[in-house]
Amino acid sequence: MSEQRPPVLAIRDLTVAYRSRGAWLQAVRDVSLQIMAGERVGLVGESGSGKSTIALAVMGYLREAARVLAGEIILNGRDLLSLDRSQMRALWGAEMALVPQDPLSALNPSLRIGEQLAEALRLHLGMDRARALERAAELLEMVRIPDPERVVRAYPHQISGGMQQRVMIALALSTEPALLVLDEPTTALDVTTQAAILDLFRDLTEARETAALYVTHNLGVVAEICDRVAVLYAGDLVEEGPVGELFRQPLHPYTHGLLASVPRLEAGRRGVALQSIPGQIPPLGERPPACVYADRCPLAIEICHEVRPPRETPLPGRAVRCHRWEEVLAGALSAPATPPAADGAHVGDADGEGDGAPVLDLDDVEVHFEAPHTIREILARRERPPVRAVDGVSLEIAPGRTLGLVGESGSGKTTLARAVVGLEETTGGEMALFNLPLPSGLSERSEELLSRLQIVFQNPEEALNPYRTVGATLRRPLMRLQGLSREEADAAVARLLEAVRLPASYAYRLPRQLSGGEKQRAAIARAFAADPELLVADEPVSSLDVSVQASILNLLNELQRERDSSTLFISHDLAVVGYLADEIAVMYGGHLMELMPAEGLLTPPHHPYTEVLLAAIPRLDPDAPPRPLPALRASEPGQNVGRTGCPFHPRCPRFLGDICVEQTPPWRAAENGGRIFCHIPLEDLQAAQVEDA
Amino acid sequence: MSSLTTPSQETARPAPGRGRGFGGQLRALFSRPASAGGTILVVLFLLLAILGSWLAPYGENEQIFADARQPPSLEHPFGTDRLGRDVFSRVLLGAQDIFLLAGLGTLLSVISGTFFGLVAGYAGGWTDELIMRFFDSLLAIPALLLALLLLGTVGPSRNSIFIVIVVVYTPIIARVVRSVVLGVKSQGFVEAARTQGEPLPSILLFEILPSVLPALAVEAALRFSYAIFLVASLGFLGVGVQPPNADWGLMVNEARHNVSQTPWALYFPAAAIALLVIGVNLMADGLKRVLQPEVE
Repeated sequence: MSEQRPPVLAIRDLTVAYRSRGAWLQAVRDVSLQIMAGERVGLVGESGSGKSTIALAVMGYLREAARVLAGEIILNGRDLLSLDRSQMRALWGAEMALVPQDPLSALNPSLRIGEQLAEALRLHLGMDRARALERAAELLEMVRIPDPERVVRAYPHQISGGMQQRVMIALALSTEPALLVLDEPTTALDVTTQAAILDLFRDLTEARETAALYVTHNLGVVAEICDRVAVLYAGDLVEEGPVGELFRQPLHPYTHGLLASVPRLEAGRRGVALQSIPGQIPPLGERPPACVYADRCPLAIEICHEVRPPRETPLPGRAVRCHRWEEVLAGALSAPATPPAADGAHVGDADGEGDGAPVLDLDDVEVHFEAPHTIREILARRERPPVRAVDGVSLEIAPGRTLGLVGESGSGKTTLARAVVGLEETTGGEMALFNLPLPSGLSERSEELLSRLQIVFQNPEEALNPYRTVGATLRRPLMRLQGLSREEADAAVARLLEAVRLPASYAYRLPRQLSGGEKQRAAIARAFAADPELLVADEPVSSLDVSVQASILNLLNELQRERDSSTLFISHDLAVVGYLADEIAVMYGGHLMELMPAEGLLTPPHHPYTEVLLAAIPRLDPDAPPRPLPALRASEPGQNVGRTGCPFHPRCPRFLGDICVEQTPPWRAAENGGRIFCHIPLEDLQAAQVEDA
Repeated sequence: MSSLTTPSQETARPAPGRGRGFGGQLRALFSRPASAGGTILVVLFLLLAILGSWLAPYGENEQIFADARQPPSLEHPFGTDRLGRDVFSRVLLGAQDIFLLAGLGTLLSVISGTFFGLVAGYAGGWTDELIMRFFDSLLAIPALLLALLLLGTVGPSRNSIFIVIVVVYTPIIARVVRSVVLGVKSQGFVEAARTQGEPLPSILLFEILPSVLPALAVEAALRFSYAIFLVASLGFLGVGVQPPNADWGLMVNEARHNVSQTPWALYFPAAAIALLVIGVNLMADGLKRVLQPEVE
């Protein structure tokens, strides 16, 4: 990365607008960015920040309704904006390539993987068919696909999402392009798969000196793999700099707020309340002409609303658009000393009530799904083993506590949550609420029982009836389950809205007039309208932006304390669970792998699966020592059909041998009160894990 | 390299018609000339149907023997048929009939189709299989054939025409409703209502039905245009409305024997059928663009 060489990609003063109802609205404004050979630059922003627009503009993929109003995009000395389509076509693949978020929509579903790779090689490198197919297999090996021979002959839908993304990377790199543009390539993948793809991507671009523009909303991913980072907000590039420096000392209040709103796993961070950024990104067409962040900025003064801050370069390699960066640098925004009361408080509460009956008591709960039989199987009266989504889970939640349930997709965590609230019938085991048996399925439960258990779902867009006002939605459970009159219910609606920090006027709004975070608040209000003793929150923040996510997590925390309820919090994100929960349950293949107090999350011994999860989480702290991902035996989980032994044995990095395949592991009690489901004695696990770390 | 050139398009596009009230949707409907024209045409015919009995210069079966077989003139804008009846008056009065039969028939099939669609989609399992496979078997028979079969058994009358329309269109509407229900019933707001113990009827009517309405409105408009055609076809075949009533299909049938002498007696009712069907279709198409932009 010598400074003399010209940059591979130089974006100068790029302004892109979208046409909407006859007007051109600027989605990206005066953005400048350079990428050197071998440099990985992260482009971070929340939804609506314009990050994808920039990526598409660079690739020349902007839609009809979008126009580049000003600026230039220079790739190896050529201005891409002056090229026509056929000239661009010569560059696509050869000099620049895109790895999109959804590989399945980018791969041709009717061509075998090998053919697709070979097509690119023949077109750009003029290889003959036989040579190209041979090279295709080599490329698949390069992206660490375990059995390239099979994948070459497979169709895209026959391989998993992680494998598809590896194929996309192989395809993008097949012609050795100078620039790689990655648009959220790992967002749809599980953390362990993401970690493997990021490792791969880092190694490959390093070896080839490929310049990469990495578009993502995930700050942790940027910290893990990028050299420099550019932060976008509402179409403005507000700050830019080397990853380490920028994360250690952000100069823009937005970057500062963003970093403070992400839950972190690092030691000593537990219990520190997350800061959230009030408000939301202004929609296209309503963006302030001066500083775009002024409306949400804690440091905004008069000038911020009147004059657009110029792009300044206060330190070498850094750039910022803020009138008051000097004050930020001087510490004007350093986190107010929030007492770690948030967690400490309710941990204390629970200890007092510890002897009461558990709110929820699950004993060996099973949810098996009958697999559909083919006609031949019906005729032969052959039984097909059921899909064991939840396969014998036992756990307890004490009053006032939060149990965090973590697992990757397919672990059965959502099925378990649905079984608890009655949306899924259990096929075995017992459930009890305050020692009262909890029947399986909604129809068996009394209204009184129903109101004691409420759920908040993942997708805020589907959480509220689109044809009903928020007030009407909240009024239903109040009148039906609590028996309030219309007037009382209206008053209660106002109180509920206040509790979830929404203005009372929102009672008259329809869901489409609310932002994603506001919808989720309204959904939480509906759950609390039934005055539940146990709230089941199924990934309630997974589809929200980081800054909004923090405020919802804090809200859940506060409501739980105010209303003295308990929470079963389900997430794929160990950092979020580590922040919110008192106890953590780790689930894999329908079975619990480990149960531990949240304080024990960073201290071994751990179940090998927990160990993998911990290592796979991208960490925000650029100074943190690298945590190598333990070598998984299989990179992705299969379905739990007719499996014996430990569910994790096909992937376990600490696999012992036949015993893991044939025998169900014992539960081993840990010193901190947790338990671990593993054949390896805890002392051995601890010794191995401490040594590896 | 086609696979690499597929851009991932992320930017949100505001859905036209969604997020505006009824007035906004009406404006959206009238913003396209074709849908505006179709809607105006339908409204015009509807007005004629309502006001027909006042506007018609002559009675339905009033015979002016002196004026028989007259070509269109100021006195008889559409001419007269061989029995001396004023074609203009009969077309006007026929509008009422067709709106009543096709409109009411469509309404009835919308109600029954919605009921079965909601039940089949929400219940799933055997209920769904039973209802939908039965409807599939009805759909396997061509509509007109099924209509003739039914009318052959119950005999031609107004009521039997309603029955025919309901039997022919309920399965189609039930299918549309069911497909929407399948998508909606697993959404958070429906499941939340279930976990809060909402009774089944209120889940179906208040939580699910509103989401079905846009698709239902579009389908109803489309079915209405088919129903007009069906009523006219039955009239033409002589198994629908019976003479001497002024039914457009029947009028076409009666006039076709004398097409060389009184072609106007055939052209005008035929044109009325065509115009109304085209109008309703254009309107349905416009409704679809406004109410279901995601389908386009």
